[in-house]
Amino acid sequence: MDLLITLAIIVTKIVFFTFLVVLPLVPLSVYFERRFSAIIQDRVGPNRVGIPLTLFGFKKDFHFFGLIQPIADGLKLFLKEDFTPDHVRKAFYWLAPALTLVPALITVCVVPFGPDVTLFGRTEKLVIADIDVGPLFVFAISSLTVYGITLAGWSSNSKFPFIGGVRSTAQMISYEICLGLSIIPVLLYFGELNLNRIVQEQADNGWLLLPFWTDGKLSLPDLQTALFLIPAFIAFLIFTISIFAETNRMPFDLPECETELVGGYHTEYSSMKFAMFFMGEYAAMVIGSALIITLFLGGWSVGFGLDAAIANFSIGDFQIGGFIHMGIFLTKLLAFILFFILVRWTVPRFRYDQLMKLGWVIFFEAALINVFLAALIIAAPTMTTAILIIGLILLTIVTAAVIWVAKISEPPAKILRV
Amino acid sequence: MPTIKLTRPKLDAGEKIYFGALIKGFFLTMKHAVKSLRGKSYGAEGLASSGMGVTMQFPEQRWDEHMPEYYRGAPTLVTDEQGRERCVSCQLCEFICPPKAIKIIPTEIPSNEKWAKVEKRPLEFDIDMIRCIYCGMCEEVCPEQAIYLRKDYLITGTTRKDMVHNKKKLYEIGGVRVGLVNKWNELK
Repeated sequence: MDLLITLAIIVTKIVFFTFLVVLPLVPLSVYFERRFSAIIQDRVGPNRVGIPLTLFGFKKDFHFFGLIQPIADGLKLFLKEDFTPDHVRKAFYWLAPALTLVPALITVCVVPFGPDVTLFGRTEKLVIADIDVGPLFVFAISSLTVYGITLAGWSSNSKFPFIGGVRSTAQMISYEICLGLSIIPVLLYFGELNLNRIVQEQADNGWLLLPFWTDGKLSLPDLQTALFLIPAFIAFLIFTISIFAETNRMPFDLPECETELVGGYHTEYSSMKFAMFFMGEYAAMVIGSALIITLFLGGWSVGFGLDAAIANFSIGDFQIGGFIHMGIFLTKLLAFILFFILVRWTVPRFRYDQLMKLGWVIFFEAALINVFLAALIIAAPTMTTAILIIGLILLTIVTAAVIWVAKISEPPAKILRV
Repeated sequence: MPTIKLTRPKLDAGEKIYFGALIKGFFLTMKHAVKSLRGKSYGAEGLASSGMGVTMQFPEQRWDEHMPEYYRGAPTLVTDEQGRERCVSCQLCEFICPPKAIKIIPTEIPSNEKWAKVEKRPLEFDIDMIRCIYCGMCEEVCPEQAIYLRKDYLITGTTRKDMVHNKKKLYEIGGVRVGLVNKWNELK
């Protein structure tokens, strides 16, 4: 009986978080993408789709600001002809869209949506799988997405998708390393790989990038925490930019790159297969921003020492403060998605060699040095001054050497001839 | 062949780091976003925007009063102040029409009618509005000032047949046009 209840709870959590929270965020972010980009470009964007009451003789349509538009788009994609070209390699062609969407949805299971909730006398965590390898699990699974893109490019058996697939592979290799290296300072700081406990720690002692309270009371950070803001910020920068590359978002959307490659890896796809690529991209974006928020911006916590009060909020026996925290989390998530969209319409696409150079020459080294810097700051209280100074000198020498190597490895700019 | 030596511009440290330009870009896009939400985008007033960006929202707002004099809408046939249909079915417009949208079947004017000396008029005059490209060549080529491009732009239909304007429809849209050269009025 107990086993059955546990199973039922797990299934409920999976269905709720994956299909009722994260998947609806995908059309919502598509809507935001279209509306926000329209506003940036001095347009209006989709604002019409709704209930056409005028058809039934009423005065005015009911249009919810066009929020129904993504549903209409999805319906359209369902009704389109699912065309499979003759020249594709069928098995992989069918496998590829699933391989892009599924990993993004699997990674949902370690994202903490809120603290514990008590319902009907049972205390449950608002996370599907509270495992102790959170970020590693996300990296392991989400890097499978690239197989989907590469397979799509290869199995489509035509030029543009192929170039898109190859680009995607190279891009993934150059950014996966900085992605992994950049969060090591964060993990050192928390001494923890469990995302739920990382967020709890941030709720109690200040967000990683905003450490202005300790033990639930407002206070200025001590010297060590204040100094750690430097590696934390560098890690945040590298991690965010790598997430952009990982999710194929605008400054790094070389695999699809409409202006160069027609449609990139999904040129040969239509109907729901195309929609799955589309959904996969946006789901990856949602998960990516969820990870950034969880690691650097306090996850579900509202901050400033208000979290304990909200978490203990209860009606009768039901301690449902966790759902308020979930709302806060989703608000942060939407804000970050808006940031993703703002970046898309601000930063022009990188050239291919610039992208590789940024990944290999700048971010890889910066992340590596950042790890040592963070370790030095964290270990400082336990070390004598002499060792600390030696460490600092060594770090400076290594940094200088890396910059020097990066500089001489770059060939001098050639004189162009016209 | 003469060669031109191009040197890349020297970038200072701030430009090389690239973040300054990024932040400038963020401010620029956000400025556009805020302005378009407030309905104060550049050119919003001149374009009679709906209060969001520079867009005029179509079914509620029409641009009819902003239309320029030279606007080329649907081609139509006109009658003059004496009520004479001006087309003499010379078929020049049919021949010049680049997408071959015009089809004319000419007929003779019976000798007992008032304008019998004009001799010809169209029995049928069809303009296929699916094919029409609004180039205005028919108007330009017409020796009788009979065909004019009017400002009608909302030409819709649910079938292909709906989209073919026949003679009756063309005269209906075209209406009467005054002040044309009336070369058939002299007594002969």
